[in-house]
Amino acid sequence: MNLDTIPLQAFLIVSSILFCIGIWGLLNSRNAVRVLMSIELMLNAVNINLMAFSSYIDNNLIQGQVFTIFVITVAAAEAAVGLAILLSLYRNRITVDMESFNLLKW
Amino acid sequence: MSIAVTTQIICFSVLSLVVIVGALGVILLESIVYSAFLLGGVFLSVAGLYLLLNASFVAAAQVLVYVGAVNVLIIFAIMLVNKKEDLKPIDNLKLRRIVSTSICLTLLSLLIRVDLSNVWGIADPNRSIGEESTIRIGEHLFSDYLLPFEVASVLLLMAMIGAIVLARRDVMNEDISTGLPVDQELIEKSSEPLLMKKN
Repeated sequence: MNLDTIPLQAFLIVSSILFCIGIWGLLNSRNAVRVLMSIELMLNAVNINLMAFSSYIDNNLIQGQVFTIFVITVAAAEAAVGLAILLSLYRNRITVDMESFNLLKW
Repeated sequence: MSIAVTTQIICFSVLSLVVIVGALGVILLESIVYSAFLLGGVFLSVAGLYLLLNASFVAAAQVLVYVGAVNVLIIFAIMLVNKKEDLKPIDNLKLRRIVSTSICLTLLSLLIRVDLSNVWGIADPNRSIGEESTIRIGEHLFSDYLLPFEVASVLLLMAMIGAIVLARRDVMNEDISTGLPVDQELIEKSSEPLLMKKN
């Protein structure tokens, strides 16, 4: 195999694996903090995708990098609000177990 | 294969191995504190991948925002809510695991198939602006992406106010026995947990 650079597909596969690990953690975690961490992993997977496309396909205008910066901004805001909601939930229920947050269950 | 390409491939392999193993550790490890520190390692390795893609500005932003802010915030949240508790066993745990794992593996195979089978329109590498990318990002942010840039600043302000409102506790204005104003930072009203009775 003769490569003159890293193929684009390698980055895409890494980000696919990272995204699926994030989904698995999101579905299976009992601890609410770990759910937030899984969401961060998924956002990072999306960012890797955007950066890879920006570097290989749009390497002159690099709009993907601008998008990545906006995604990082939104992820920071999401983490702040998510952890504030988590603290508020913990104060009311004295637990971080996802199975006990069943207020919306009918 | 020149030595530069070999170095790139070695760096890429090490970084992606750290990303994937670290992410598995984040979701599988028993201790949530280890998970948080491993998450920091994953963020740093992702920044390394950005450096491989000629994006030094975004790599620096990734380190500053994710490792410096988000990860520290998560560690503080763990410190505030870290209580040893015995989790109640839940029904059908094995069935849930099987279903969720099969969903994830199906999605993964689908994504990898798309990654490998699609013909990507790779641009000419000679047109790449390479190390000039920071300048180009600045041009974008102040011309065609000016409106999203301003909206992002409003979003950050709203998130900050929202986080303060959500996480704030109610405090008393005056001392109950003497009626004097009190130092609000020190005394907090003890409140009953509101929702514990409802199950």
